[in-house]
Amino acid sequence: MERVKHWIAAALLLVAALQAGAQERFIVMASTTSTEQSGLFAHLLPAFKAASGIDVRVVALGTGQALDAARRGDADVVFVHDQVAEEKFVAEGFGLQRLPVMYNDFVLIGPKSDPARVAGKDIAAALGKVAAQGAPFISRGDKSGTHAAELRYWKLASVDVAASAPKGYQACGCGMGPALNIAASTNAYVLADRGTWLNFKNRADLAVLVEGDTRLFNQYGVMVVNPAKHPHVKTALAQAFADWVVSPAGQASIAGYKIGGEQLFFPNAKAK
Amino acid sequence: MTAALIELHDTAVRFGALTALSGVDFVLRPGERVALVGANGSGKTTLLRLLHGQLAHDGTRRVQRDALGREPPQAMVFQRPFLLRLSVWRNLMVALWLAGVPRDERAARAAQALARVGLADQRDRPARVLSGGQQQRLALARAWAVRPRVLFLDEPTASLDPGAKREVEQLITEFAQEGQQQGLAVVMSTHNLGQAKRLATRVVYLEGGRVIVDLPTSEFFNQSLPDAAAQFVRGELPWNA
Amino acid sequence: MGGGFGESLHAAIALLTGFDARLAEVVGLSLAVSASSCALAAGFGMAAGAWLAVARFPGHRALVAALNTLLGLPSVVVGLVVYLLLSRSGPLGSLGILFTPKAMVVAQTMLVLPVVAALTRQLIADAWRGNGEQLRSMGAGVLASAALLLLHERLALVTVGLTAFGRAISEVGAVMIVGGNIDGVTRVMTTAIALETSKGDLPLALGLGFVLLALVGAINVTIALIQRQQGTHSEAMGR
Repeated sequence: MERVKHWIAAALLLVAALQAGAQERFIVMASTTSTEQSGLFAHLLPAFKAASGIDVRVVALGTGQALDAARRGDADVVFVHDQVAEEKFVAEGFGLQRLPVMYNDFVLIGPKSDPARVAGKDIAAALGKVAAQGAPFISRGDKSGTHAAELRYWKLASVDVAASAPKGYQACGCGMGPALNIAASTNAYVLADRGTWLNFKNRADLAVLVEGDTRLFNQYGVMVVNPAKHPHVKTALAQAFADWVVSPAGQASIAGYKIGGEQLFFPNAKAK
Repeated sequence: MTAALIELHDTAVRFGALTALSGVDFVLRPGERVALVGANGSGKTTLLRLLHGQLAHDGTRRVQRDALGREPPQAMVFQRPFLLRLSVWRNLMVALWLAGVPRDERAARAAQALARVGLADQRDRPARVLSGGQQQRLALARAWAVRPRVLFLDEPTASLDPGAKREVEQLITEFAQEGQQQGLAVVMSTHNLGQAKRLATRVVYLEGGRVIVDLPTSEFFNQSLPDAAAQFVRGELPWNA
Repeated sequence: MGGGFGESLHAAIALLTGFDARLAEVVGLSLAVSASSCALAAGFGMAAGAWLAVARFPGHRALVAALNTLLGLPSVVVGLVVYLLLSRSGPLGSLGILFTPKAMVVAQTMLVLPVVAALTRQLIADAWRGNGEQLRSMGAGVLASAALLLLHERLALVTVGLTAFGRAISEVGAVMIVGGNIDGVTRVMTTAIALETSKGDLPLALGLGFVLLALVGAINVTIALIQRQQGTHSEAMGR
């Protein structure tokens, strides 16, 4: 009988452990792996919780997956960086309104030796040289915001990677970190967001080669999922987050996030 | 003529391509003690299992039923007993439970059975640490506790040393004699003709899946038998008398 | 990469000795999710496996073959299926358990249930082969035989449970998809390792890996000791 009591106690403990977080006020936010890996959320969300008492649970996926999850109703709010896809999301009726929040920038990473001589401030020219040289290039190939941006820059360089990929072009179907890992091991060029790069520890011989081109700026938007499509969405709580992140308090918090003294994200919400 | 407990009529048992028994007619009456003898592969174990109702077969098998249509309780003891990894006591209780004995009677019957076979002091030991002879006695206790009308034994002493053999044989004889009044029938397969002579009232000799000889014990060992049977008897007897 | 393992070992030791609160949270959740899944899988899987070992009916062999095929179910497939079931747009969406530990338990249970059932079936079938006749002779039907043989083989079933637990706690595909690897809510050892790897923080990832291995090793040793104890204990106590 004693043993049975022990098993019951253990089972109750288990159930308690699994209930973790079940009762708090919380919303689910679908965002991107690059944003999470930049460390922004660890800085921003506690500030929001202090201000509102609301827990934000971040599910980090690629932009495409994040929007799909929201379409399925599995998230209350979306925070990604692909304006075209976001506007489509709202147009389809899945999102209430797209609010611009902040931008960060992309950088072109490559081997320090820079065999294709891309270093500089012009992303289109740089990619043109990569294609011409057939230098190894890693694409995320995963429908993410970064991937979408990469494809836009190739277009600017008049290279149609879908029709005929340049020699050395490899799509990994993976997140930013793994792509950087592959680039590090194969001395390849790769387009990355600055946040992930700053946090990336496995750099090998890689360095930032192209930065500062205004076309490299990466705009983030926040959208509350439309309760008309998914009545269970915690609209009030999600709206509270959206309102806060574009408010002076939220914008200040974003600006306050630094890695090694460097600011990563630049708030640019429209003043009300 | 008392009513038969179990009747087999023109039965056959096949395992795939192998015919283990064919053309077998058999009647078992209360109070009989039957020894099934024959070489390995003669079909005696198959006949035993068939009588017990464990095998698919051709032909007919009829079992006497009571007013409620129930078959008489039967129990079988094997050459090597299967005992659960539980105590001696619990093994008995499981058997009583499976036999449908009411809960409040089980403890009494189990205690009686254990005492009867001389294992009362072993009741809390794991059944599987008992010696071969003790395990077989436990198997007998298990069978005895459910008060069967037919007791089947498949070479019950074949794996035992001579001392244990004697003990177990003694118990079987006692059970058979005590059960006589209630009409207990015993069917035992054995290699050992001496055992057959000592325990049985009737001896059945099988060969190649057929019943060759079926006689009361005294006649079996005195009359002239068909050649093969006679040879078998001569071959077995000097070693096992 | 020579410094790689050295660095990771260092990171692992630092993790273990530092009693990091977040590490404890992650480890605790891993244990809770996998233990719950194994308990559920054991309950249903052992019963089903034992029944399958003893029962005979048309299509029995096909069912056994199907079960053995499910042994090789990839965890990502299970994750995907459970995700689609539990998504708000899916049939069980109203339960609202997606991206919570409960969903992870559901997914891992589905993953290890075939493992438990198939291994139990094998075990009980072997026991049945030798001893089924005695059980049937004593009047045991399918359910009684299955139950008695499970009791009879309880020690071996411990190793089945252990195998299932190992499979559950080291899988990442299912819990990643249905849990979402949410910091502080659904992050377990394996998803944490995946995250750190993708961030390029390899020493930390390997460090977490060592912690996971140490955990599984410790559990294995504990169970082996218990089994040995039980072996001698039952001799003495007559169980």
